[in-house]
Amino acid sequence: MILNLIRANVLLFGLSALSVAAEEPFIVVQSTTSTQNSGLFDHILPGFEAETGIDVRVVAVGTGQAIRNAINGDGDVLLVHSKPAEEQFVSDGWGVERFDVMYNDFVLVGPKSDPAAVKGGDDIVAALTAIAETESTFASRGDDSGTHKAELRLWQPIGIDLTDVSGTWYRETGSGMGATLNVASGMNAYTLTDRATWQTFGNRGNLEVLIEGDPRLFNQYGVILVNPEKHPGVRSAAGQRFIEWLTGPDGQSAIGSYTQDGVQLFFPNAN
Amino acid sequence: MQGFSSEFSAALALIFRGDAELWSIVLLSLEVSILAVLISAVIGMPLGAALAVARFPGRRVLIILMNALMGLPPVVVGLLVYLMLSRSGPLGVFELLYTPTAMIIAQVVLVTPIISALTRQVVEILAEEYAEQLRSLGVSRLASVPVLLWDARLALVTALLAGFGRAIAEVGAVIIVGGNINHVTRVMTTTIALETSKGNLALALALGAILIGIAVAVNAMVSTLTLRAEQEGLRHA
Amino acid sequence: MRDLMIEETAGLKVSGVHITRKGSVLLDVPQLSLNGPGPTLILGPNGAGKSLLLRCLHGLISPDCGRVTQGGVPLNAVHKSQQAMVFQQPVLLRRSVAGNLDFALKRVGLARAERKKKIADLLAEGGLSEKARQSAKYLSGGEAQRLAVLRALALSPKTLFLDEPTSSLDPGATQAIERMILSASSQGVRIVMVTHDIGQARRLASDVVMMQGGYVVEHGAAKQVLDSPASEASRRYLAGRLVT
Repeated sequence: MILNLIRANVLLFGLSALSVAAEEPFIVVQSTTSTQNSGLFDHILPGFEAETGIDVRVVAVGTGQAIRNAINGDGDVLLVHSKPAEEQFVSDGWGVERFDVMYNDFVLVGPKSDPAAVKGGDDIVAALTAIAETESTFASRGDDSGTHKAELRLWQPIGIDLTDVSGTWYRETGSGMGATLNVASGMNAYTLTDRATWQTFGNRGNLEVLIEGDPRLFNQYGVILVNPEKHPGVRSAAGQRFIEWLTGPDGQSAIGSYTQDGVQLFFPNAN
Repeated sequence: MQGFSSEFSAALALIFRGDAELWSIVLLSLEVSILAVLISAVIGMPLGAALAVARFPGRRVLIILMNALMGLPPVVVGLLVYLMLSRSGPLGVFELLYTPTAMIIAQVVLVTPIISALTRQVVEILAEEYAEQLRSLGVSRLASVPVLLWDARLALVTALLAGFGRAIAEVGAVIIVGGNINHVTRVMTTTIALETSKGNLALALALGAILIGIAVAVNAMVSTLTLRAEQEGLRHA
Repeated sequence: MRDLMIEETAGLKVSGVHITRKGSVLLDVPQLSLNGPGPTLILGPNGAGKSLLLRCLHGLISPDCGRVTQGGVPLNAVHKSQQAMVFQQPVLLRRSVAGNLDFALKRVGLARAERKKKIADLLAEGGLSEKARQSAKYLSGGEAQRLAVLRALALSPKTLFLDEPTSSLDPGATQAIERMILSASSQGVRIVMVTHDIGQARRLASDVVMMQGGYVVEHGAAKQVLDSPASEASRRYLAGRLVT
């Protein structure tokens, strides 16, 4: 009897969940873990949803995977942070047009003991060179995410073959930013992270920010509507509305007003 | 570690205060997994029982295959279901990706082999015991399937629970096909994964404790009902 | 071998039946007619092929060659539907006592109301009315075998096969089963039964089939086979039994 009652309830809930999915207008945004884990979406989305009645469903993965999912048509809007990859996405015809949304910056974090003695400067390339020379443990995302792409760009001028050292002092986690920070915290390793994820990360252990402020650590976020000509199922009207809101005055001020422990995490810079 | 344990109890307190958001996550977990197990049972039990009684060339191979499928990697299942349900996949027109339905489908794929393999095992033993008697009563092999399933019902509850255990604890598949979307497809396991990635280890652990608690409660409830059914006969004696 | 029975059209007949497994002969019966009307009991030492013969007669096993006929035609689905069998260890379904009878009655195709009445009659006959709703799992050995016999009778068989149905029962329970068998026989059900119990054969049999090593060594009226066996094998078997 009791079991039947529970089953009936579960079935009802099941049906209601499915029907809600069918009725309420919504868009799927393919985005990155940094925007979700930092709590930015929880802060800005209620405003958009209240104004338009459009439910925004965020799938947070790495930039690389987000772009691939969008190429498959599994999203209406792409909001990621790797400008070259985003421009490629648009020029290949998968996206309609790219707009700047906001920026923050990457920081190099590492153990307080700082075995490579990089603390204090603002030259990220010099710091990475010191890490490589002292063979201090460095945790890389290794997952084709925006942060990973940015990290690879920073290693480039140093001219070391990362596949050579991978598995020795250079460790590729193949995971998200949070998971990689957990690894770095556990191994007392250096790692490159976006400031928003770092600011909200709860398991810092012995890690602290060692390098910040280098212009090369600039981290730009862009937003793109997935091309409905490629995927007719794309909810282009609702998606376009979201992009306009996000890059318009309401969205921009919502982004700018988001702080964590008094620190602003994202800086709106739409044109 | 002192900070950790106080954090942990704070997280537990949050949970037991009846946080509405958390309970909607718990409810969605149960809803998805229970529906997945029920669908898997409808598919897997007749399949397993049929495999237990049928005799045809290649049967052994099929049984080995089915047993092996019990260990399907969830991530691979998630990926396969994603490719099916993606807008550029064959079932894309149904727009099921990133919905609870997608998670149910993935879990059905994971759980059906478990239920059918365990059913096959249970029913085969019973079929051996019943074989001559049922044939004497004029029941054909195919017609014996429902009889055997009904008579093995108490043992089959274990198969259901094994399937439920797999479904409720699984994260790899549901995070890919569900997308871990807040208020839509976020379940216990994907929440734990998310909180871990935020470095909120105490909260993640507390959520894990809740998940274990749910698993224990479901198992206890089902085995109590089973025991009662089993004792039904004794009470009438 | 002596065959004193008169051929009857409804009789069970075995001709040229042969079963060999891994080079050894398990059953070799060139000719055997079971025509009744009284109970036929099959006796013989372990491994004589008694149970195998019974299963051939019931169509549970197909012999390597030869055939089993009833009324002159090979055993077919209609014949089989008019047969029932009780096994040495009762195989009861995991449901109530009444449920076990209901299962058999459904096979016969009776409507719900008829089944209900028939179940009540059968249970009364087997002295199990009190236990109708109890799980069959919790019956005693004697009760379980009584239920198995009732379930077989529920099919309204023309022929009832029994394979050592009382071999693990106490004297009281054995007596109850024997009463049910005699009652069925008197109502016209053909009884073919395997037993080790010579006393039981004397109490029930109208004719006796003696088997050894897969062969029928003797078949005749019960009194004759049991009191003055013609074959050496029968004499030895009966003597051995009487001594122990």
